[in-house]
Amino acid sequence: MTPTLQAFLIVSAALFSIGLLAALSRRHAIFILIGIEMMLAAANLNFIAFWRFAPPPHPATGVMIAIFSIAISAAEAAVGLAMVIAIYRHYRTTNVDQFDQLKG
Amino acid sequence: MNSIAFIVISVFTLAAALAAATLPNLMHAALCLVLALLGIASFFFLLGAEFVGLALIFIYIGAVAVLVVFTILLTRGDLREHRGFHWSGAVIALAVFGGLTLAILKTQSLTMVPSHIRVLTVKRIGETLMTGYVWPLQCVGVLLTAALIGALVLVMEEKR
Repeated sequence: MTPTLQAFLIVSAALFSIGLLAALSRRHAIFILIGIEMMLAAANLNFIAFWRFAPPPHPATGVMIAIFSIAISAAEAAVGLAMVIAIYRHYRTTNVDQFDQLKG
Repeated sequence: MNSIAFIVISVFTLAAALAAATLPNLMHAALCLVLALLGIASFFFLLGAEFVGLALIFIYIGAVAVLVVFTILLTRGDLREHRGFHWSGAVIALAVFGGLTLAILKTQSLTMVPSHIRVLTVKRIGETLMTGYVWPLQCVGVLLTAALIGALVLVMEEKR
């Protein structure tokens, strides 16, 4: 007995929802980034699952997209965390509810 | 692929992810994020994408998680607890999960079992990257360079 594609997709949907929960309900900027990372990882799991369950011939498309997505999410994390540090220097807080102006 | 491994990995991953989303202590949450990413990497191993699983471990756990921990330590002066928890976010997340699950369960063509697959060796991945995907590869290289320079510029000390 092997798990079907549906099982993987449901686990991925649950992971995405947990990431969404972290991004929407927490007030700390780093929690929001953690939630976004989790949502991106769930999307990667979807890509790999669809690649694995595709009928033959198996082109490597899903794996390629997952690799590119991992690279892009690394860039996103670097810029996001740099923004958190820059904002913390300015406002002395990391609570996103208090970031209410763009002017320095 | 067997079901027991799948169930064990999914319970582990979802528990770690839920802990990462709800724990009040930021450092504990970051460590739980590492556990959840390890669970996703083992899903990739289970699905036969070993290279992507290893890349996920190297990039997410080796780089991104360490970066998150460093940022937590650098912004530590903000000791006021952010206990605020917006329950509307939980409602939206539940609604999204319900909608996605309904859509997945109603789609008949998703109840397939895996076919026998040709092993995706690193050699084949490298050849594909260097032939069919060379243009996206260069774009990702430029994007990573720009992102790292941008991150450096963002955190440079402001001149007063």
